[in-house]
Amino acid sequence: MTAIEQEKRSRSLSLSTRLRPIAFIVALLVLWQIAVSRHPDQLLPGPLGVIRALAELLRHGLLPKYVVASLFRVTWGFALAAVLAVPLGLTIGWYRRCEMAFNPLVQIFRPISPLAWIPIAILWFGVGDPSAIFLIFVGCFFPLLLTAMSAVHNIPAVYINVGRNFGLSTAQFVYRVLYPAVVPQLIIGSRITLGIAWLVVVAAEMIAVNSGLGFLIIDARNAGNRYDLVIAGMVIIGTIGLLLDLGMRSLERVKLFRWSYSGD
Amino acid sequence: MEHVSMVFDRDGKSVPVLDDINLDVSEEEFICLVGPSGCGKSTLLNLMGGFLSPTSGSITIDGEAVHGPDPRRILVFQERGVFPWLTVAGNIGFGLSKLSRAEREERITHYVQLVRLQGFEQTYPSDLSGGMKQRLQVARALAVNPDILYLDEPFGALDSVTRLIMRGELLRIWQAERRTIIFVTHDIDEAVQLADRVVVLSSRPAKIENILTIDIPHPRNISSRRYLELRDDLLSKIGLAYTV
Amino acid sequence: MNSLAKPRGWEKFFWPLLAAGLLLALWHYSVLWTATKVFPSPLSVEKGLAELLRKHVLWSDIGDSLRRVALGFGMAAIVGIPLGLMLGWYPALNQVLNPVLQILRPISPIAWIPVAIIFFGIGDRAAVFLIFLGSFFPIVVACVSGVSNVPAIFRRAGRNFGLSPTQILARVIFPAALPQILIGLRIALGVAWLVVVAAEMIAVDSGLGYLVIDSRNSGKRYDLVVAAMLMIGLIGLALDFGFRRLETIRSVRWGFRHES
Repeated sequence: MTAIEQEKRSRSLSLSTRLRPIAFIVALLVLWQIAVSRHPDQLLPGPLGVIRALAELLRHGLLPKYVVASLFRVTWGFALAAVLAVPLGLTIGWYRRCEMAFNPLVQIFRPISPLAWIPIAILWFGVGDPSAIFLIFVGCFFPLLLTAMSAVHNIPAVYINVGRNFGLSTAQFVYRVLYPAVVPQLIIGSRITLGIAWLVVVAAEMIAVNSGLGFLIIDARNAGNRYDLVIAGMVIIGTIGLLLDLGMRSLERVKLFRWSYSGD
Repeated sequence: MEHVSMVFDRDGKSVPVLDDINLDVSEEEFICLVGPSGCGKSTLLNLMGGFLSPTSGSITIDGEAVHGPDPRRILVFQERGVFPWLTVAGNIGFGLSKLSRAEREERITHYVQLVRLQGFEQTYPSDLSGGMKQRLQVARALAVNPDILYLDEPFGALDSVTRLIMRGELLRIWQAERRTIIFVTHDIDEAVQLADRVVVLSSRPAKIENILTIDIPHPRNISSRRYLELRDDLLSKIGLAYTV
Repeated sequence: MNSLAKPRGWEKFFWPLLAAGLLLALWHYSVLWTATKVFPSPLSVEKGLAELLRKHVLWSDIGDSLRRVALGFGMAAIVGIPLGLMLGWYPALNQVLNPVLQILRPISPIAWIPVAIIFFGIGDRAAVFLIFLGSFFPIVVACVSGVSNVPAIFRRAGRNFGLSPTQILARVIFPAALPQILIGLRIALGVAWLVVVAAEMIAVDSGLGYLVIDSRNSGKRYDLVVAAMLMIGLIGLALDFGFRRLETIRSVRWGFRHES
């Protein structure tokens, strides 16, 4: 479906159809509140409790601090992984023998859950930011490497031949054919990888550091079963994850990169 | 410019694809290569373009042997050859990075006009029709001012009306900017309408079966007696029946 | 295509072995050079692995992890595939449910750990629940997009041949969406394998994830840590490989690009 058709459809939707999802969410929240108020001895808070908890976090200034801490780790881990993995993956993918050599190794490292690296991270970097950044780096490095390798593979031979035909130097070839041809796939890969990074940071913060949203959740539970804070933390994690995903998706719509998404 | 003999086989499995092809092409000539599908027409074109090297024999252009691709000989591919990440202007300017900005702009404007894509300079290929994409590919090829243009079934993916129009356009462009053109096709009419000489290849391993000179001046009347004669001649040389 | 010549048969084994050998040598010598007491060399990892096997700890831990993944992933597939197909088939339903899914999806399954512990206590069921959550969303999303990407002409062809809506769903939409569904399942299985390790580190006291964290906590046995990591990698690889075999089945192969 083209964008125009979609736009037409969404414009033609009546107000009541648009309200339906919101009504559904409200109904779920109401049910949740009722269920909680029927069992007052329950540890789980209702939606109102969660909102109060969010307000409390904001008042103590903890929320911005923890959000910044988590985002800081994700940014560094992801950026380091991208800077190393993308050029390496493109090179490995380009040379067939290189790929034969490294592919089995990459395949073994990739399914090792980044969290399994926690002991090693703590051994090398101690408890703290570098440790969490290392875990996110490990979690992002292998998916990005594989994306870059397969992106090179999927360049249609025609483009490579045209590049050779017009007598480009190697640098020109990389900049003017290879790079634009792989960018769309790299963006998709980065979006998925960023999702993994967001998953890993929460887990890493539960175990390896003393700040951040993951720490908020585990600490709220351990220190006095404050489940309202736990759920508030989850809501924040979900919201930020959604925003990250939306941000990456809007990159996919940049005109220059869009060519491969307009299915032909 | 002359093309000398070449024997060719593939991947150690020794599948002979081309068998002792000898062909001389003179400057500004329009040659059509026809033959049954899968006979090695495209292989021959890739050899001449330098994308493959022959197992034996050699190809020389102006006394210089062909080693690898070169912007003096541009290959126009069947389809999907235009870069989807560049606009029409960007595609035409692809081979022109060595020129100054003003010169590049000038060339782009010239070739946009030549292939009649005015108004589409900033359009991306995904919004162009098949015929426009192929015209764009031809423009990109011509913009680097090559000596030879190789066209590999460039209109193969187009519908028959568009093909007819594109043939006219190609002839117009060729008459405006004389280049040597080697055009691979499996369409007999296309060959007779376009070429100075039609080279008929046999099935694999391909040999040159016949070379037919089309001695009708352009523009050609496709229902004239001479045209039909030559067309029948070509059909019989390929070994096809006259009636369906 | 890119390299100069076609690689020969022997190179298929030579290059990977060379790379693996170089990596092992690098590892071995950097442990020797830095004279670290804690980080194990490849040889001590191998000894650690043998020790785990002798004590039969490894097998039971592997069994526990695989059982949790099988249960959580299986339930996610059983619930997620029909739900995803329905949502793809009825856009109106999708419109209502999609926002809820979009809000729940980015919550890291790990963040559910405290909630899982309230609902299920510490034990297998909490871990299974976490794996279910982790693999459920990728499966649903893949099914929805798989169904909505089925070209309209297929549906029309189905209707043209007089199939009922259920038949269209079963005989046209499902097979047409299957390649994408399989991709979603494979991604979900990868996530499940990632989540099980995390869940076992926090919420239960057996399995490969527990083995990793326990080997560290009780006596800094880093040789066992690395041995367990290696097992996690190998099993994850085997799972992925098994799933890739599914993609080569005739009836779905059209949906995957096999030539490079």
